[in-house]
Amino acid sequence: MKGIIENFDLFAPKLVDKEEYYSSGHRACQGCGEALAIRLMAKALGKDTVVTNATGCMEVTATPYPTTAWKLPWVHVAFPNSASVGAGVESALKVLRRKGKIADRDVKVVSIGGDGGSFDIGFQAISGAMERGHNMIYIVYDNEAYMNTGIQRSGGTPFGASTTTRPAGKESVGNTTWKKNMAEIMVAHRVPYVATACHSYPFDFMNKVKKARKVNGPAFIHCLAVCPTGWRCPSDVCIKMGRLAVETGVFPLYEVEDGKYKMTIEMPKKLRPIEDYLKPQGRFRHLKPAEIEIFKGMAMLEYNKVLERIKHSKSWSEMMKS
Amino acid sequence: MSKRIGMEIAMAAAEAVALCRPDVIAAYPITPNTHIPEHLAEIVADGHLDCEYIAVESEHSALSACTGASAAGARVFTATSSQGLLYMYEIVPIVPSMRLPVIMCLGNRAISGPINIWNDHSDYMCVRDLGWISMFASNGQETIDMCIQAFKIGEHADVMLPVLVNLDGFQLTHVVEAMMMPDQEEVDKFLPPRKPFAAIHPDNVVSMGTLGLPDIYNEAKKANDEALINSKKVILEVWKEWEKMFGRKYEPIMSYKAKDADVVMLTMGSMGETAQVAIDELRKEGFKAGLLDLKLYRPFPADELKKALKGVKNLIVIDRAVMSGGAAAPVCAEVKSVMYDDPNRPVITNDIIGLGGRDVRVEDFKKIFKKAAAAKPERAYEIYGVRG
Repeated sequence: MKGIIENFDLFAPKLVDKEEYYSSGHRACQGCGEALAIRLMAKALGKDTVVTNATGCMEVTATPYPTTAWKLPWVHVAFPNSASVGAGVESALKVLRRKGKIADRDVKVVSIGGDGGSFDIGFQAISGAMERGHNMIYIVYDNEAYMNTGIQRSGGTPFGASTTTRPAGKESVGNTTWKKNMAEIMVAHRVPYVATACHSYPFDFMNKVKKARKVNGPAFIHCLAVCPTGWRCPSDVCIKMGRLAVETGVFPLYEVEDGKYKMTIEMPKKLRPIEDYLKPQGRFRHLKPAEIEIFKGMAMLEYNKVLERIKHSKSWSEMMKS
Repeated sequence: MSKRIGMEIAMAAAEAVALCRPDVIAAYPITPNTHIPEHLAEIVADGHLDCEYIAVESEHSALSACTGASAAGARVFTATSSQGLLYMYEIVPIVPSMRLPVIMCLGNRAISGPINIWNDHSDYMCVRDLGWISMFASNGQETIDMCIQAFKIGEHADVMLPVLVNLDGFQLTHVVEAMMMPDQEEVDKFLPPRKPFAAIHPDNVVSMGTLGLPDIYNEAKKANDEALINSKKVILEVWKEWEKMFGRKYEPIMSYKAKDADVVMLTMGSMGETAQVAIDELRKEGFKAGLLDLKLYRPFPADELKKALKGVKNLIVIDRAVMSGGAAAPVCAEVKSVMYDDPNRPVITNDIIGLGGRDVRVEDFKKIFKKAAAAKPERAYEIYGVRG
């Protein structure tokens, strides 16, 4: 991919931290995109990081007491509050550093959660934490349903996906709505750095994490994480599915810096047919041609919205000048 | 040196908390506790306290942020009431299970519905079994004393548990009283800075709040229960130290003329002071009346209760919450359970009064007292003063 080559000098593979901060031996499924993404995230963040985790696969699989896969300081409290726990940790580190009670150096707080813990039940906590301007990153690992509890529909589930709470059936197409646009919602919070990412583009993702780390304030990354178990696809196509999501325009990779939109992976003029993305996935198996057309329409609406914004968005600092 | 002040109790509580130099405060507005965090915000804004004040978007986040901050080693404080406590309910049991000291003032208020902003103890009763050390103040002085004591107890290396300081909504939060306010030097002497057992920081890589599978959950619960039970030792020590320093005595159950009494009432919170007046009047009328004021509800002072009830013929437990459909109201059920195996236990009656801010007067206590002293109870409990 051209994108990787473009970013090669920024993040050459040899510059990637050899240290593992999220170690092997965790109990995630074979081919878990989320576990891979978290491993990459941890590498990009480095050791001066505190992670807060919402309840979900990544918490359950990584930390059954007395074991832990985390070599970063990590805290889990509950499902809906990763962002507010992160806000608390951030505030504490700030004041304790100011008072000389802990080492005088930058430590970044990174709160993570799944789409259920972020789009739905943790939404309010994220909104609050981002709006208050805490110096922290929130990263949502979006595998498009509540996978930990058994593939139930969430606000991140796309149209047509069959889930256990919106199953496809004689009278049902599966999920009837499109994903909530979390990136857009975070831009509306005036978050200075917002990005979408996917583990199938590791350097793009790690660059974004590094960029987010540099922001002195809130930053938000929406990372698509392929879940072979929930998407009903073989575990060896995890990376491929992420690439297809991007190449078909279903999940464009972009960033919004200071209000200005920019595509970070160059998209082909002619996108790959969406069928290429849908076909390998059992969750879309039932879709009829007419329904695939609806899926396309919904996906293209979002994609074209991004293109429009890339064309017309201006940087906020410019717009603040009268 | 302590200074005599006249102040609204909620504001005094805020001043007392500020003297404890909290690092992080996270709170969300709800009547009637609001003046506590409001005044703290003011103290921070005026530069009198170096503290991160997080004006969170909900109580759920208030306690979550406090949990995160406490995990990072900070001294933390929050306050709430009623629905606010219920909104943070999910997080309430997690804090003690992570052995994180968080100090919370609960301006006791009735829970909905119907919606009601006034006082009773129904909010607290929802969380009584979730692992927090819990105290009930009966006046302003006790409120500020308990706020300061709470930090020392909760953060103690042998305790490491969250502490709830209950103060009745309006009856205490909004009342102006005369109190002795310790000064900064005294509080600094009494309360050392927090030394966390483990703090979340890259210099100390730990995983906190991990998954407890069936092979460990049992043990985790047992350890937690033991920790709460064992905290009593530290609570008593801290209270002794407080008495030595400030001359004000604290005991899990405070006795008022109960030593030689035949009939004893047991109350919690601000009712105690009204009940004292009733006891005085009943004594004048010739009754051998006494009062027990329960200051420490968790860990429950079972031994102290048995001792205090030695020789008592009738015990009237006054509750300020209903345990809907239960065997008795909450405090009474607990008392009965403690006294069951005592062959000399008194006859126990149970009246529920003052729900949702209904006035509790001296005459009410006297009426309840006389009825209980005269006869054996007909029902397990009664909601006093319900209009027909």
